[in-house]
Amino acid sequence: MASVVLSEAEKVYIVHGVQEDLRVDGRGCEDYRCAEVETDVVSNTSGSARVKLVETDILVGIKAEMGTPKLEKPDEGYLEFFVDCSSNSPELEGRGGEELGTDIANTLYRVFSCENSVDLKSLCINPKEHCWVLYVDVLLLECGGNIFDAISIAVKAALFNTRIPKVRVLEDEEGTKEIELSDDPYDCIRLSVDEVPCIVTLNKIGYRHVVDATLQEEACSLASLLISVTSKGAITSMKKVGKGSLDPESIFEMMEAGQRVGKSLHIALQKILDEEENLGTSRPKVGFLG
Amino acid sequence: MAAVTMRLPVVRAPVDSSAPRGGEKHLVAPGDTITTDTGYMRCGQRRRRGVRAGGGAWLGSVRCVTAALCPRYNGEIGDIVVGRITEVQQKRWKVETNSRLDSVLLLSSINLPGGELRRKSAEDELAMRDYLQEGDLISAEVQSIFSDGAVSLHTRSLKYGKLAQGVLVQVSPSLVKRQKTHFHDLPCGASVILGNNGFIWIYPTPEQKDDEAGGYTTSLEPVPLSDREVISRLRNCIVALVTHKMMLFDTSILYCYEASLPHQIKDILKPEVTEEIVLEARQRLLDSEG
Repeated sequence: MASVVLSEAEKVYIVHGVQEDLRVDGRGCEDYRCAEVETDVVSNTSGSARVKLVETDILVGIKAEMGTPKLEKPDEGYLEFFVDCSSNSPELEGRGGEELGTDIANTLYRVFSCENSVDLKSLCINPKEHCWVLYVDVLLLECGGNIFDAISIAVKAALFNTRIPKVRVLEDEEGTKEIELSDDPYDCIRLSVDEVPCIVTLNKIGYRHVVDATLQEEACSLASLLISVTSKGAITSMKKVGKGSLDPESIFEMMEAGQRVGKSLHIALQKILDEEENLGTSRPKVGFLG
Repeated sequence: MAAVTMRLPVVRAPVDSSAPRGGEKHLVAPGDTITTDTGYMRCGQRRRRGVRAGGGAWLGSVRCVTAALCPRYNGEIGDIVVGRITEVQQKRWKVETNSRLDSVLLLSSINLPGGELRRKSAEDELAMRDYLQEGDLISAEVQSIFSDGAVSLHTRSLKYGKLAQGVLVQVSPSLVKRQKTHFHDLPCGASVILGNNGFIWIYPTPEQKDDEAGGYTTSLEPVPLSDREVISRLRNCIVALVTHKMMLFDTSILYCYEASLPHQIKDILKPEVTEEIVLEARQRLLDSEG
């Protein structure tokens, strides 16, 4: 992870500020930076989204391809996550970024391992033979702290934007099955993202925890908790990172804070996704030129 | 209560840079005065009163020297810089100053704690890490430039030295206006060092000017909340000015600060509030000039 080096005095300043609920940029401990979300930025994907949290920039593209279902779940489709961090900084090029990328991908697998997060049964075409596989590609364009949250917001927005073409299975006399794609390009199935969780990272700084930490704040925090929360406030997974230790009581406090913050995050995200949807084709596309 | 705001991205155009003032010409002939602004060009120790178009065979457009927003700092003798120690080597420190090559701070160029002046001995060499460690921030002046372009710094004055608690903001070096002094004690209650290399250091104004300290004692006492609010507000104002590519000097920062007072600190970074504040500051600057 790209990190900054800070002097002792700067760290002390940040820690004392967090104790008093006034961070360096004036936010409170549970405030997010202003996020910009845009979907449908990459044209040759089934769904895409870009999330910009001031300095953190994430691009997610989802491609729906036909594949064979897994043996243990023959009537469900599945998701595959790939994370690429090489465009971030020179130290993350090539092998360097692989470790971070695998770490993020494994976290995403864990977050989405809950059965209800995505309706995988709707991705099935022919049990045991054909199903839709969603390849989720995450591109870390810029790292400005709090990448897990931004990535999960982008994945949820991209899933909301994904349009999978409708297919029909035709069986002829010999029993061979043919898959027919619908002629109408707008005839597609959309996924329901109501149960898709978002990750909330809580960094422990001093005696308190902060949400949406900048790179400087992450350098002052020794332990953090990654919680994935659904829109109803249910926690689907939890992971502790960092070399410091966490007191069980503070873990409970952080979990409650994570649930609170997670719910607000989902409400804000859903609002913006609905707003974007309602604008339809009249929405001015900004993309990467804004 | 968590505050999460999300928005759709908009194409952001920076606030119109200076409207043509009466007399500013776009087509000039050799010998014409282009501008009488003393901040434009600097040659040696003198500052020209006016810039004249160069004589030559061609008549046409004159490109202004300081137009490009170059991200790297090119050192000039006499500049004030704020830098971060990256390495401790034999008899010198390597300082990061956002230039192409790391700057150098020689052991013979620093003031010892306590302000004593003597030739540095072998013990001083071994105790270098006690004076300045990796990650420490210093304010220094450019003493000379090596043939390869690397800058040599010195802190041979009591106003330079290790920096204590505060906030660092990194901007493009070309946005920092060249002035007589770069150390400002702003009337709003904080002090600021505008490094020519684009590193801006905001810190609480010390109560008494300690001459004996020599800049090495770092107070780790918690900074009071009122000072923190001023520092956070100043930091956000500087980021707002930089987003709209405005020159940074004490007056512009102060006007921006005063324009931001009606808003909450964390709201300053919202795009619409940023634009409003910067427009107001720009208006005040134009009014005060002409």
